[in-house]
Amino acid sequence: MSKVVSELKYSAEHEWVAADGAGPVGIGISAVAADALGDIVYVDLPEVGSTVTAGETCGEVESTKSVSDLYAPVTGEVTEINDGVVADPALINSDPYGAGWLFKVAVTDEGPLMSAEEYATANGGEL
Amino acid sequence: MTENYTALYDQHKTAGASFTDFGGWQMPLKYTSELAEHHAVRNTAGLFDLSHMGEVWVTGPDAGAFLDYALAGKLSAIAVGKAKYSLICDRDGGIIDDLISYRRGEEKYLVVPNAGNATKVAAALAERAAKFDVAVEDVSAEISLIAVQGPNAEAILLQLVPAGQHSLVTELKYYAAVEVGIDVNGTVQDLLLARTGYTGEDGFEIYVPNDDAAGLWGALLNAGAVHGLVPAGLACRDSLRLEAGMPLYGNELSRQVNAYAAGLGPVVSLAKESDFVGKEALAAIKAAGVGSTIGQKLVGLKGLGRRAARGHYPVLKDGMLIGEVTSGQPSPTLGYPVAMAYVDVEHSEVGTVLDVDLRGKAEPFEVVALPFYKRAR
Repeated sequence: MSKVVSELKYSAEHEWVAADGAGPVGIGISAVAADALGDIVYVDLPEVGSTVTAGETCGEVESTKSVSDLYAPVTGEVTEINDGVVADPALINSDPYGAGWLFKVAVTDEGPLMSAEEYATANGGEL
Repeated sequence: MTENYTALYDQHKTAGASFTDFGGWQMPLKYTSELAEHHAVRNTAGLFDLSHMGEVWVTGPDAGAFLDYALAGKLSAIAVGKAKYSLICDRDGGIIDDLISYRRGEEKYLVVPNAGNATKVAAALAERAAKFDVAVEDVSAEISLIAVQGPNAEAILLQLVPAGQHSLVTELKYYAAVEVGIDVNGTVQDLLLARTGYTGEDGFEIYVPNDDAAGLWGALLNAGAVHGLVPAGLACRDSLRLEAGMPLYGNELSRQVNAYAAGLGPVVSLAKESDFVGKEALAAIKAAGVGSTIGQKLVGLKGLGRRAARGHYPVLKDGMLIGEVTSGQPSPTLGYPVAMAYVDVEHSEVGTVLDVDLRGKAEPFEVVALPFYKRAR
């Protein structure tokens, strides 16, 4: 069963958002999504300085078998992207909540987000 | 569609497989990571359940002549013990399936169609057999098929074969088959062992009655443990066969394409003296130059960027639509995206740079010779 981290919030499109309020928040994709995608081999992230909008696509995640849109779970300016995961997208599979984080956003507005419990219940993850 | 389960379904579940529907069968997609399984087959060995494939016996005095009529190749010319890749075509030259036929005796062939096509192929064979002294028997439901693929395949197999029969295995040529004793949990059974596969590696395919499939699967896993053998699913089977430039029915091959467009012209024996189903159409298609001077042909594409093309993506030249991708993935072995595509023949020369429309953005791909990957011998 894929892990769901209890300190994070989650979008219906399987992105996680670091829950702490102050400063830009980290964003990644859940282990549930990473496991379903398979081995991730390419990731296309929004540019630093660009604005992402909650619920809209902002990049792509490509696995050996398929490609999926990456949706912004929040609205705001992208302040940083994870160069490590661009260079080694397999980090999304091996450590989706840690070294596999994707980008950070200075949030102006949150999209509809779920608690870890709600997300795990809806998607069969394990808290 | 009915869900079919192979005799090894419980083994796959226990091994933690995730499943996918393939041709009406619940098949293991992967056990751990498709990349790890892919690399295992290239570097050590992988174990595949291919029990969804069909098995049809063709026996009788006219077996060779009948297959010459029913299939595109000259099957009567195969030596006993050898196998041949062929096509079963429609009257219009469209491909009903690609399949392998093993000659098991003067009057005895085993024909192996693809999972989703097995029933269709068996029916077409039965229908085409009307004027021949031959029996067509579909035994797909009784036979399981297990493949060991990879550089360590031979060493693994030898552990289960009595010493006196080792030379049968070591001297078995590619595209040949032999009955050999294989130790399945303490009982040596005579099983049909073929040196064939769909991965671009050395390897074997073993035909086994359903009741013995689980025993053989376990015996192979045990024997292979020290040789890096891992169970391998359909996900890596697809990336392996794509690297090896092998067509997949439903992607590269269908009733809508013909052998010449698919690069399988040499599989069609227009020279055989007998008539065969599709001969007239295929002769006309060849004479017209389809796949060489007119129409489209199947090519290999190497991605010049990092993003992969996928099936059905449009292929462009200077913004004009000139073809369509049939299969595409990032190549785990080569480290760049690879794809196969049908493109207009005037843009099919090796070295031509084309664009693939990757969800609205054109990315450059270069036409390269197939296969993408060839193992060192």
